[in-house]
Amino acid sequence: MTLMAGKRSFRDLNAEIRAALETENCVRVENVNGQRYMGAGLSKGKRLEIYGTPGNDMAAYLDGGALEVFGNGQEAIGNTMGGGSVTVHGHVGDTLGYAMRDGEIFVEKRAGSRAGIHMKEFEAMQPVVVIGGIVGAFLGEYMAGGTLIVLGLENEYDQPVVGAHCATGMHGGRIFIRGAFPTENVSEHISVLEPNEKDRADLERHVRVYCERFGKDFDAIMREPFHKLVPTTSRPYANLYTPN
Amino acid sequence: MRYTVPEFEVERNLQRCISCGACVRQCSYGVHYFDDDGKTVLADESKCVACHRCATICPTHAIKIKAFEMAYKTHFNWTPQAQQEILKQAETGGVLLSGMSNNKPYPIYWDKILLNASQVTNPSIDPLREPMEIRTFLGRKPKKLTFSADGSLATRLEPQVQLETPIMFSAMSFGSISINAQKSLAMAAKELGTLFNTGEGGLHPALRDFRDYAVVQVASGRFGVHKAYLEGSRFIEIKIGQGAKPGIGGHLPGEKVTVEVSNARMIPEGSDAISPAPHHDIYSIEDLRQLIWSLKEATQYKKPVAVKIAAVHNCSAIVSGVARAGADIIVMDGFRGGTGAAPTRIRDNVGIPIELALAAVDQRLRDESIRNTVSLVAAGSFRNSADVVKAIALGADAVYVASAPLIAMGCHMCQQCHTGKCNWGIATQRPELVKRLNPEIMSQRVVNLIGAWNHEIKEMLGGMGLNSLDSLRGNRLMLRGIGLNDRELEILGIAHAGQ
Repeated sequence: MTLMAGKRSFRDLNAEIRAALETENCVRVENVNGQRYMGAGLSKGKRLEIYGTPGNDMAAYLDGGALEVFGNGQEAIGNTMGGGSVTVHGHVGDTLGYAMRDGEIFVEKRAGSRAGIHMKEFEAMQPVVVIGGIVGAFLGEYMAGGTLIVLGLENEYDQPVVGAHCATGMHGGRIFIRGAFPTENVSEHISVLEPNEKDRADLERHVRVYCERFGKDFDAIMREPFHKLVPTTSRPYANLYTPN
Repeated sequence: MRYTVPEFEVERNLQRCISCGACVRQCSYGVHYFDDDGKTVLADESKCVACHRCATICPTHAIKIKAFEMAYKTHFNWTPQAQQEILKQAETGGVLLSGMSNNKPYPIYWDKILLNASQVTNPSIDPLREPMEIRTFLGRKPKKLTFSADGSLATRLEPQVQLETPIMFSAMSFGSISINAQKSLAMAAKELGTLFNTGEGGLHPALRDFRDYAVVQVASGRFGVHKAYLEGSRFIEIKIGQGAKPGIGGHLPGEKVTVEVSNARMIPEGSDAISPAPHHDIYSIEDLRQLIWSLKEATQYKKPVAVKIAAVHNCSAIVSGVARAGADIIVMDGFRGGTGAAPTRIRDNVGIPIELALAAVDQRLRDESIRNTVSLVAAGSFRNSADVVKAIALGADAVYVASAPLIAMGCHMCQQCHTGKCNWGIATQRPELVKRLNPEIMSQRVVNLIGAWNHEIKEMLGGMGLNSLDSLRGNRLMLRGIGLNDRELEILGIAHAGQ
């Protein structure tokens, strides 16, 4: 089924999408013009294909559903997402995957600031974010789990692959960055390591999916070396306090 | 060498002591111990926090906890406490951390406000004989109602929460308090027809049956927040700030993140649960609006969304913005609100009294003709039913209480919640301490307490000649100040006693 978004309010549009998804498993929405909260809480087995530019908080609280955007995304995609899949054929704004706990987000091009902030993991829930381009400041801030991968592709003006204050307050999970990046942008209490065997296997698996979705050359991407960022402690603020 | 002296002295009456060792077994702080003879009970007073567990359970009442009296050369500025705190910081280099709430002698305005009663005209009502309505509805109210030709309601009503008392239990996460303490509150909420609040700790599986009585919190760390958690709640509360520590976030240290706490919060065991003060997607009222509406969308507009802020200097302007952002309920937490842990300096110095904040906010929303768009919930230390009645007359729709029900469960205000060693089984995750608190018994004590307050509220209402709490809401004519200056009276919007 195909719906036209046009200039309708998000509330009307999302109500219509929800109603359509009662009977259909896949709904295509065209001419999307910044309507917010598309696919919020979308359940497993349901799929939303978006043409145009979806608004903020797309896929918030995503509950196993799948969204694919043929266009750019805006802020807070995958906010507090609990599972499912998001694919964006373009750029995205700030706070990508805020506090996401499970599922996958693949962004073809660039992401803004604070991607992967508060990202978590729990037992079998192991969220993954792959960003094809470069990212802004505060990548992986307060990150507590999961895997963030930055490929730095199409960096034609040779900008820093990661912005300032990368991994501030990170206390879990891992970040992989492809190629050279400004280490002075990485916060203290973070170790920059070579990926181990398991890391390599995971990386290849995720990058392969990225390449399949966006038609990229896997071998060319993997020729550049990756670095792994991990926190030196899971208790960054353990000795801050004195009982009174 | 430590330069600090004990705060408390354990006085043991040796004629009464039967060396049963109950105090030795019960003290989690390790104060009491047997001497080498296995009979004489001794005490390391430097560890005593005055929680009174030993004195309370001692079968012969042989134990008294007294202040460890030290004479200092008189100095009103450099009090013993001021000196002791400096010594603690000199020894550790740490930020001072305290539990519970602001313990400094700031004015308590509840004690400077008096209630009215009817005499002769508009006679008082006897709640034992006549119906008295304290049922409370929270949620956005329409400006007006419109009806279709057939008489049916045409106005779309926003979701409402029905409470059988204006008193709810404030946010206390599983992690900051034990599962038995939280379950006691959940059971009491169910029996009383009110709500408890998960805090930012997620919902423990043991409390799934109480979801209809749960307010679930969404804070910056988003711990335990997932779709079922949101949908299972009675309403959703976005936590922006907390009265005990405005401007400071939550930080559950890894020591307290046990297997069960990690399950409820959905984070790895032993890792710090860091919930910083800012939500990093909120930098403006418009951003807050985005989070509010994302929650409404995700729950298909079936749940009211509340926003909790700390009472601070400009709270009336802030609340006005929050109301316009689409919040259905706004919670304001005054500077005497409690906490499991807060930096002492923040706890004791930041924020303003709930009495002043509530009066100012209610007036501001009325002036802007948007008071009906939100329900106001006041929090931050309600000690008794009279405080609750005064808050409602100042403009609150309902109140949150936490310290009072904890006291009902055994809390003695030792303010050591942050240590995780609570001898009463409340603010601890140690299994041997948690099991001291029986939810069946404790929930009943809380039901008793709030049931008694409900009755007292009805008596005070009846005395004023009112038969419904709605007639008291924002009815400041029922209040008079005593010993307050003109400025305070102006902010509270009340006349002085005698006027």
